[in-house]
Amino acid sequence: MLELRSIDAGYGRFQALFGVDLDVKAGEAVGVIGPNGAGKTTLMRVISGLIRPTRGSISMQGTDVLATAPHRIVSLGIAHVPENRRLFPRLSVEDNLRMGAFMPEARARYRERMDFVFDLFPRMKERRNQLAGTMSGGEQQMCAIGRALMSDPKLLLLDEPSAGLAPVVVQQVFELVKRIRAGGLTVLIVEQNVQQVLQAVDRAYLLEAGSIRASGASADLLANDSIRQAYLGV
Amino acid sequence: MEIFDIYLLEALVNGILLGGVLALLALGLNLIFGVIDVTWICYAELVMIGMYGMYYLFSVYGLPYWVAAPMCILLVAALGAALHFLVIAPLLGAPPINQLLATGGVLFVLQSFATVAFGIDFRNLGIRLPVLALGEMHFSYARLLAFIAALIGMVVVYLFMTRTYTGTAIRAIAQDRQIMALMGVDTKKIYLVTSALGGGLAGLAACLLVLQYDVHPFVGLSFGPITFLICVLGGLGNFVGGFVAAFLFAEIISLGGLFSDLEWGYVLAFAFFIVMMFIRPAGLLAKRS
Amino acid sequence: MNKQLAWVIGLVALVALPFVYRDPYHLHILVLILIWSFAYTSWSMMGRFGLVSLGHGGFMGVGAYVTALLWNHLGVSPWIGIPAAMLCAGALALVVAYPCFRFRITGHYFALVTLALSGIVLQIIIATRDYTGGSLGYTPERTKGSHILALQFDDKVVWYLIALGVWAGGLAVWYWIDHSMSRYAMEAISEDEDAAAAAGVNVTAEKLRITVISAVMTAMAGALYGQYQMFIAPDTVSGIAVSLQMVFAAVVGGIYVALGPTVGAVITIMLAEVLRIGFGTKAVGWDNLLYGVLLVVFIIFLPKGILGTLLAWLKSPSKQRDG
Repeated sequence: MLELRSIDAGYGRFQALFGVDLDVKAGEAVGVIGPNGAGKTTLMRVISGLIRPTRGSISMQGTDVLATAPHRIVSLGIAHVPENRRLFPRLSVEDNLRMGAFMPEARARYRERMDFVFDLFPRMKERRNQLAGTMSGGEQQMCAIGRALMSDPKLLLLDEPSAGLAPVVVQQVFELVKRIRAGGLTVLIVEQNVQQVLQAVDRAYLLEAGSIRASGASADLLANDSIRQAYLGV
Repeated sequence: MEIFDIYLLEALVNGILLGGVLALLALGLNLIFGVIDVTWICYAELVMIGMYGMYYLFSVYGLPYWVAAPMCILLVAALGAALHFLVIAPLLGAPPINQLLATGGVLFVLQSFATVAFGIDFRNLGIRLPVLALGEMHFSYARLLAFIAALIGMVVVYLFMTRTYTGTAIRAIAQDRQIMALMGVDTKKIYLVTSALGGGLAGLAACLLVLQYDVHPFVGLSFGPITFLICVLGGLGNFVGGFVAAFLFAEIISLGGLFSDLEWGYVLAFAFFIVMMFIRPAGLLAKRS
Repeated sequence: MNKQLAWVIGLVALVALPFVYRDPYHLHILVLILIWSFAYTSWSMMGRFGLVSLGHGGFMGVGAYVTALLWNHLGVSPWIGIPAAMLCAGALALVVAYPCFRFRITGHYFALVTLALSGIVLQIIIATRDYTGGSLGYTPERTKGSHILALQFDDKVVWYLIALGVWAGGLAVWYWIDHSMSRYAMEAISEDEDAAAAAGVNVTAEKLRITVISAVMTAMAGALYGQYQMFIAPDTVSGIAVSLQMVFAAVVGGIYVALGPTVGAVITIMLAEVLRIGFGTKAVGWDNLLYGVLLVVFIIFLPKGILGTLLAWLKSPSKQRDG
C-alpha cells in the first residue's frame, strides 16, 4: 500500500533521514521504533506531506505522493495524528472532528463518520461541546485519533501516541488501536514505548540516526538481544 | 439638571450606536490579524474606497441604496482579496515590519488614488434620513440603521465562523497553522477567503458610514487610528476584546463630543488609551500577545 | 582612500558649494533635501533597530507648531523655542513610549500606537484651530527686528549652511550611536528581547533612549522646516502622510546605513519636484501615489533599500557577484 524508497529528508542544512526504505501492506500494523532524535517524526511528516524529502520516492497505492500537493495527500487516504496531538485547543471536540472531515469526500459522509467515531469513543460524545484544550491528555489523544478517522482513511499514521500519557491511559490507547485495526484499517505507528508498540503491531522497523538498522516481525525484534538491551532495559 | 441628564443620556445612547460600527471595523481588523498574522494599516482606506463606491453607485449611477450596498460589499471584499494576493502573500515570510510597511504603502496608494481619481472635495450621498425623537432626545435613523446593520453583520460572521467548514477552518488556522494541510485545508485559499471577509466587513461599514458622514480621500484618518487603538486595547486578534473596547471608545468619543469639539473626543480617547496601557498593559481581555 | 578623509573632503566641498554656485532655486532644493534627510535619519535611528514608528509626523508637527506658536503669541525667539519644542516632543515620546516598552508592546502593536499618535497630534492641531489655524495652516510672523534672533533669513545661502550643519550633526549622532554600547544593546534587543534582558540589558531604558533621541531630532527638523518655509500646515508637517513618507524615504534609501536616509531624501524631493514641474497642480496626489506603489514594490523586492542592497552586493564575495 505504502512504499518509501531511498528517502533523504531534513530541515535546512540538517539532514534527518538517510536513504530510508519502508513498506506497509494493506491491513498490516507496522511500527517504527528508535531513540529520541532518530528521525521518526520526520519520517511521519514526510509521508503526510508536512515536509518534502530531498531525495527518494513515496507512493500510496500506486499514486506518487510527492507529486501531490500537501493538502491533497489526505485525499489519498493517508491520515496523520501528529506528535503531541495538535488539537485545536479553542475549538470544541465536535469542531475538531469537523475539521477532520474538511475535504469534500469526507464532508458528504460527515454524519456517518461522526457516529462511527462516537461509537469508538463514547467519552468524546459526552464531551462534544467541550473545548479540546481543557481535556486530559488521554482524552485529547482519543480526540486526535478520532479527528484523523473522520476522513475515512486507508492508512493511519500515529506519531508517538503514548507520549506524555500515564501507563493506564497508554493501555487504553493501544486497546483502541487494536479495535481500529480489527475494522480493517492499516496502521503505521511511531513509538518510543517499545514494549507496547511491538505488542500491537505485526512487524516493525528500527530507526537510528536517520537510517533503518533492523526490521522484522515483532516477535523476532522482541527476542533480539541488542534491542532488548538498548530499549527494554533488559 | 434635567436637561443636562437628557443630553447625557442621548450621548450615551449615541455612543452605543457609534460603537456598533466601530465594533464592525475592529472585527475586520482582528480577523485579518488573528488568522493571517498581518495588520492591514490601510483598513480604513478600504472603507474609504467603499464609501466612494457607494457614492458613485448611488448618486452618480442612480442605483437604489439596497442594490448598491451589496455591490459595494462585494467590491471591497474583492479589494481585500486582491490586497492579500498582490501585497501580503509575497511577504508572508518577511519580517512583520515589512508587512506593516507594505500595507502602509497601500494606504498611501489608496489615499492618493482617491485624490487623483475623485478629487479632494467632500462628497455626500445626499440622503436625509429622518430623526427619531424620544422626548427631548434625538437620534438619527442613519445611526440606528447603522447600529442594527452592524450587529446583523457580526451575527452573520459569527454564524459563518461556527457553522460552516470554511469558517471553522478559519478559526482553526489561527490556532495551529502548520497542521492544516493534514486535514486537507489549503491555507492559501483560507487566507484569501479571510481577506475577502475582512474586505467585505469594511464594505459593510462603508455602506453604513456613508449614510452619516461625507466622504473624501482622507476620511480614513478620522476613524482609522481609533480602530487601531481599539484593537490594541482589546488585544489584536481577540474578537471579544475588540468588541468591548469598541463600545468603550465609542462612549468616550461620544461623551467627549458632548462637552467639546469632536476632535477633543479623539484626544480624550487616546489619553484613555495611554492610561489603560498603564493599568492593563496586555490589553483589555487579551489572550494573545 | 581613507574613509574619514573622504568624509572631510566631501564636507568641505559641500560647505564651499554655495560660495561657488548660487542659484537660489537649486539652493532651495538642497536645503529641503538636507532638512528632510535630517528628519529621515532621525526616524531611521529607531527604524534600524526594528522600532518602526509610523507616527514621526506627530513629532515633526510638535516641533513646528510649538516653535511657531511660541514666537507668534509670546515673542519667544526660536533659539529658545526650538529647544522648548524638542523638549515637548521628547516628553510626548516618553509618555507614549514608556508604557509601550515597559509592558513589552512591540512590533505591530507599537507601530499602531505610533500611528494613532500622529493621528491624534493632527486632531489636536485641528481642534485648537483658534490658535493654530487648524487645517488652513499657520504662518510665523515676519520679524521686524533682528533676523538672527528670529531665525528668519532671506538669504538662501545662510539657510543652506544651517541645514548643512544640522544634517551633519544628525550624521554625527548616528555615528555616535553606532559606536556606543547602545548600538549593540539595541541590536541584541531587536534579535531577541528576552535574551537581551537575561543578559543584563535594561531593555526599556535603551529603547526609550533611542526613541527620545529620535523624537527630539525629528522635532528639530520640523521646527527648522517651519522656520525655513515660513508656513506650516497639519498635513505637510504632521499626520500619517508625513509619517509614511519618512518611512518610505528611509526604506528606499536604506535604513541600516548612515547615508541611506539621505539618499532617500534626494529621491523623494527630486521626485516631488519633477512631478510638480511636469504636472503642475495636477501633480497633487500623483507623487504620493507613486510613493505608495514604490514603497510596496521596494518592500517586496528590495527590503534593504537602494543603498543597503547596493552595499550588501558590493560586500558579498566576488564569485557571487561575477556569477
